Amino acid sequence: MDAVDGNAIAGELFEVFGSEMTMAVGTCAHCGASGMIAEQRVYMRAPGAVVRCSRCDGVTMVLVRVHGRARINLACFKLAPPYDHAPLADHQLTP
Amino acid sequence: MARAALPGRLNWQLAKVVELVEETAQTTSIVLEPANWQGHQAGQHVDVRLTAEDGYQAQRSYSIASGPEDDHLVLTVERLDDGEVSPYLVGVLQPGDELELRGPIGGYFVWNQSLAGPLLLVAGGSGIVPFRSILRHRAAVGSDVEARLIYSARSLDDVIYREELDTIAAAGDGVDISLTLTREWPEDWTGHRGRIDGKLLDEVAWPATEMQRTYICGPSSFVEAAAGTLVDSGHDPGRIRTERFGPTGK
Repeated sequence: MDAVDGNAIAGELFEVFGSEMTMAVGTCAHCGASGMIAEQRVYMRAPGAVVRCSRCDGVTMVLVRVHGRARINLACFKLAPPYDHAPLADHQLTP
Repeated sequence: MARAALPGRLNWQLAKVVELVEETAQTTSIVLEPANWQGHQAGQHVDVRLTAEDGYQAQRSYSIASGPEDDHLVLTVERLDDGEVSPYLVGVLQPGDELELRGPIGGYFVWNQSLAGPLLLVAGGSGIVPFRSILRHRAAVGSDVEARLIYSARSLDDVIYREELDTIAAAGDGVDISLTLTREWPEDWTGHRGRIDGKLLDEVAWPATEMQRTYICGPSSFVEAAAGTLVDSGHDPGRIRTERFGPTGK
């Protein structure tokens, strides 16, 4: 199926991080490719969103909504400064 | 360590539907008056959320069609017959109704005049929507950045904002507009025919050395093809911004 861009989850990410995140740069834990969240591939058909690296297709982030709150697992996407703080604790999903 | 930004709020709010404008048989512009709008940048989008009587919610992102300087917030929505949200927005929603939205959202697909270099806009179908905002903004601030738009539509009747685009093209204000029709065209059609390909992009784009800024918006396969073709012709991928929409999108 067709992927969309990281722009598609900008609202959910804002909810988790409290700021605009599509321009935030991170590194894929699978292949080491570096890029902006906006440049990641996002698959919206799952119950939530699965985010994959645009180079190696490895899963970098998973976003789901639990009891009305957006939760994120970004164990495989290492955010570069100034975004390298963990997301707000109550939004974190255990890897 | 300090956080990158203070945690902000992106609250859902109600926007009153002021007017509906039928753009084509499948697309309608929804003119809105949000309760609390802080303004937006050209190219940003909003999330729209519908709630059914039983509490079920469906949410989609829609590009903003109005310029930052316009009086109202406008979304242009294409009706997807098997869609969950768009058949309500285009067909059921009436002036005076309220719509739940949050935004503006996005920083990647925005344009403002401080960004140097000529501007190439490549639109497929309803991918034209954010470019209307960008072109309105460009005109409102009196920018002299040269701009070219290539817009691919199925037929002349499917061209969204046709009158406005004709007016912009005729104004001689540094915006060049090329239309290509992919399925049907009038007998006397002198514009381009068929999908956007390498030949057409080479014709319309500046040489790679001019360091144009390219924005591509449309269905995934359209965006993939257009971006790939430009990169193959030597254009810097770092100066190409894309916004894809899929079957559950826009």
